[in-house]
Amino acid sequence: MTAIVKAQTVSMKFKSVDALTDVSLEVAPGEKVALLGHNGAGKTTLFRIMLGFIRPTAGSITIAGHAPGSDAARKIVSYLPEQVAFPKMLTGREVVRFYARLKGAPLDDVQAVLAKVDLVDAADRRVETYSKGMRQRLGLAQALVGKPALLLLDEPTSGLDPLSRQHFYELIADVARQGGSVLLSSHGLSELEARTDRVAILRKGRLVANAPLSDLQHQANLPIRIRVRAAPGAIESVHAEIGGGRLNCASVELFCAPGDKMRLLSKISGLGAQVEDVDVAAPTLDEVYRHFSKIGADEARQGRE
Amino acid sequence: MGGVLTIAATEIRIGLRNRWIILSSLILLAFALILVLLGSAPGGEVKTDAVTVVVASLATLSVYLVPLIALLLSFDAIAGEIDRGTLQLVLASPVSRGAVLLGKFLGHVAVLAIAVSSGYGIAGLVAFFAHGGGDAGALVGVGRLIATSVMLGATFIAIGYIASASVRQTGTAAALAIAIWLFSVVLYDLALLGGLLASQDGVFARDIFPWLLVLNPADAFRLYNMSAIDAAAVGSNLGGGAGSALPLAGLATLLSPLAWAVIALGLSTFILKRIRP
Repeated sequence: MTAIVKAQTVSMKFKSVDALTDVSLEVAPGEKVALLGHNGAGKTTLFRIMLGFIRPTAGSITIAGHAPGSDAARKIVSYLPEQVAFPKMLTGREVVRFYARLKGAPLDDVQAVLAKVDLVDAADRRVETYSKGMRQRLGLAQALVGKPALLLLDEPTSGLDPLSRQHFYELIADVARQGGSVLLSSHGLSELEARTDRVAILRKGRLVANAPLSDLQHQANLPIRIRVRAAPGAIESVHAEIGGGRLNCASVELFCAPGDKMRLLSKISGLGAQVEDVDVAAPTLDEVYRHFSKIGADEARQGRE
Repeated sequence: MGGVLTIAATEIRIGLRNRWIILSSLILLAFALILVLLGSAPGGEVKTDAVTVVVASLATLSVYLVPLIALLLSFDAIAGEIDRGTLQLVLASPVSRGAVLLGKFLGHVAVLAIAVSSGYGIAGLVAFFAHGGGDAGALVGVGRLIATSVMLGATFIAIGYIASASVRQTGTAAALAIAIWLFSVVLYDLALLGGLLASQDGVFARDIFPWLLVLNPADAFRLYNMSAIDAAAVGSNLGGGAGSALPLAGLATLLSPLAWAVIALGLSTFILKRIRP
């Protein structure tokens, strides 16, 4: 299958700022890709290039084989900006109907997408009365209308409460199931809740990771934390046996490489009644993200030297 | 084409909701009624009928008020919408930028047309009936005034888009719009007057002044309406002595606002296409 987004060594320079450097990224039809990065990492710049708002200073990018911003490309792309705003005098339904007309979508879609984002009850109220989360959902409704082949969502979950966020990822999964591609940006891995097929991490305009989440966790090879709570009075012998650091008068904490985990656990279980409880924690998504962000920083520093 | 009409209809809806239409109608109506009431005093026993006098005063009012309303309507259209983030989505949609601007233009012209027709229409009817009816032909003058005022407004809406598309901040666009208004309806005429006074040999008055007068869409609008009234009402001579020396006469005078509107729309589309939202 041909990629719907195909970016090859895209670079973008604004006067003295390198917003993007040699970014290559592909999104296949039906794929959900998350674009991660801090503020100013270049996520929005990449979106603006894909929309054809700005032209990259180097490299090439195509949307289903068309130039970004061309008539053919605009027909298949839907966009949700980070700060979504609508004329506040219009009602939610009028806004969605407006974009449905502009995209040439059937007007029956309007009610359907309003129902999808749970705005049917508020649809006939003016946008100025909406909360931030409702406006965000209206933005999503506008993006979903007309079944676009590619959804570009710039920090779509930023204003949403955890429940709406979960609902949001279900909607995205729906889009992907019907063959639509989704490229969404986010601040951190933990916000994604492991709901995308692939994660691309931008760091100061460079792509420092681009792989499925489980691969990233594997690549990061971060230590696993094991906490052992000893039985009363047994803490000294447990500590002597397995090492690690004493947390308090009852627990020991130690870190091990993922490959050593089973060996260590069997050793701990060999201690028998001396151990009261064991707690094993894999590195959190945030730790994985921090790991890759740091790698990017190191590489950038090396490149400068 | 569907996109153009959708955008136009939405502009009209917004104009109704944010009370732009009702407010500008009331302003036009208030000024027009003042002129109707003041104008009725000297109207008295002159041959020219009262409605025609009112139309003449309203034409002068239009020269100042209609461009101002038009510019206030349009200065926000691009800079302001990009500022607030409402235009990005429209520009990302399959509708071309030229169609986006054309849709806004049609919507804004419709908003202005509603305001002008209701403001001047009511004032015209008040003048007509306040003086006991009379020649219904005078009402044609009111219709002509409304039509040409809308045309003048359309020209300045298009010029306002140039201001709105060339700057990034709404505030700057507003300042630019006011400057355009001040220049085209106040300073320009003063400068022409100065030129007339300064040129001793009469070359300026004979060869340059008429062209410069027609070149300004607001002056062209005034010339057309005054000459139309001249033709209707014998002896009022409101058009001034320059009438015979003008390079364009009658309806042809309106080529000036028309040309300006077309050029301004083309130029603002060109600028909008280069904007990187």
